[in-house]
Amino acid sequence: MKKLRENEHITGYVFSAPFILGFLIFTLYPILSSLYYSFTNYNLMEAPRWLGLANYERMFMEDAKIAKSFQVTFTYVFASVPLRLIFALFVAMILNASTRAVGLYRSAFYLPSLIGGSVAVAIMWQQIFGDKGLVNSFLSLIGIPSSTSWIGNPSTALWTLVALSIWQFGSSMIIFLAGLKNIPRDYYEAASVDGANAVSRFFKITIPLLSPIILFNLTLQTISAFLTFTPAYIISRGEGGPLDQTLLYSLYLYRKAFSHFEMGYASAMAWIMLLIVGIFTALIFKSSTAWVHYESKGD
Amino acid sequence: MTKSGRFTYHILVGLLALGMTYPILWLVASSLKPNNEIFATAYSLIPSRLEFANYVTGWQGFAGTTFATFFKNSFIIVIISTIGAVISSALVAYGLARTRFFGQKFWFACMMVTMMLPHDVIIVPQYVMFAKFGWLSTFKPLIVPHFFGAPFFIFLMMQFIRTIPRELDEAAKIDGCSKYGIFFRIVVPLIVPALITCSIFSFYWRWDDFINPLIYLNNPEKYPVSLALKLFLDGESLNNWGGMFAMATLSLLPVVIVFFIFQKYIVEGISTTGLKG
Repeated sequence: MKKLRENEHITGYVFSAPFILGFLIFTLYPILSSLYYSFTNYNLMEAPRWLGLANYERMFMEDAKIAKSFQVTFTYVFASVPLRLIFALFVAMILNASTRAVGLYRSAFYLPSLIGGSVAVAIMWQQIFGDKGLVNSFLSLIGIPSSTSWIGNPSTALWTLVALSIWQFGSSMIIFLAGLKNIPRDYYEAASVDGANAVSRFFKITIPLLSPIILFNLTLQTISAFLTFTPAYIISRGEGGPLDQTLLYSLYLYRKAFSHFEMGYASAMAWIMLLIVGIFTALIFKSSTAWVHYESKGD
Repeated sequence: MTKSGRFTYHILVGLLALGMTYPILWLVASSLKPNNEIFATAYSLIPSRLEFANYVTGWQGFAGTTFATFFKNSFIIVIISTIGAVISSALVAYGLARTRFFGQKFWFACMMVTMMLPHDVIIVPQYVMFAKFGWLSTFKPLIVPHFFGAPFFIFLMMQFIRTIPRELDEAAKIDGCSKYGIFFRIVVPLIVPALITCSIFSFYWRWDDFINPLIYLNNPEKYPVSLALKLFLDGESLNNWGGMFAMATLSLLPVVIVFFIFQKYIVEGISTTGLKG
């Protein structure tokens, strides 16, 4: 008996070995060294030089660009995540109302989110919102001639990125659609009999029953929005312009690390990012007790 | 719904769907337009004549490196890292879900934390580490880490393995099957749908990956398609819009083909785990 149990310990470690090794080498060691680098000046050529908290002080005291980058990133996250989720829920409810051709529509709405993270789509977006692109072409067709590039104009550049993000609501929509299908139809029928109109049915039945899924979506989408990189890089050709209006945090971090080779400073930036994402995730979960409704399985 | 109500519904939803897919259709249409026509009649989806020459000029690539090389590089990176990720994740998922060993809960917690961890945090120190290994300008940083299990896939497969009745394991054990035998003969055949779902998502993520090739590769002969597309925006070839649109369209083709073949697995994968497509 004892021998058998020991065997299982070994077997467990044999199966789990890839993850354990990978975790130690490719995750834990890098995280610890990142923490160390964040307190140093390190340009890859010479050994890291200890600075104490200087990198962090510089971030909050001296670096005006990072303040801009925070502003741009927060605007992007707070605009794109709620709008994307609202769109996703809206379209999911529309599709849930029909019984036919849902598969076809679902594919059409999902396609953008399937390919949306690619360089090809970022390039496409850049051309659509360019000075002679699709958007301006349509505008002149309906009598509003416009020749400025939406990408090159500092007041609209960031909003083209927000639009790109909203356009990719498909994966959230599919999750919502699965959730809506799980709400028993008799709930709505019973409410109708009691005289509840469509609006109150939505707020009293749909939203509470979907709230765990909304929470889940909100958390994942917020984290990934904070980390958006590729479209900002492509649309601004790696610069974050015009006037740093598309300098999302990940792009600025990339530039610090791989254009300026300030590895210490970039590591400090990464830790602040981790802290911010952690705080937001915690806030979302903390607030969830007030608005997320879990059906008790017991009754 | 009444008949006319249904009709209005399909008109409206159809229009919305057309609006959503219009940019993609526009990309494809632009890839088939003559260069001087792309922006002259940008609103139109119909080329005055089909210009397949864009695909020829685009395919020629940059400075003697053609898109044949870029596609080959992409497929090498994507296929090898996907095989590595799926096999290693299956092993780990079984280990964490079905064997009881010292520290199992601890390692499971580590996996969940890794799953939540923003990639930005480890990108700099990983670069430093791979530089020390002498792996810069090779495919190794893009492939090797995937052979150590991907937390998302491990999690998804664990969910799957937990639905397999333990009685099956017990029966196999009585018949003299070892844990290894149970894994290969019973668990693997039963989690094939999960393996397929993970393979598809791994394929997508690796195919679209941009920041890692951008950081690690500096010789265009090693570029995957995602990175090669960026070259169209750099300097000299700035006027070959048609070629750029043609290669952008081609780069999306594998993703779209995989989607239409494996739609069922993708929709299930997203619905059950919230994997982002």
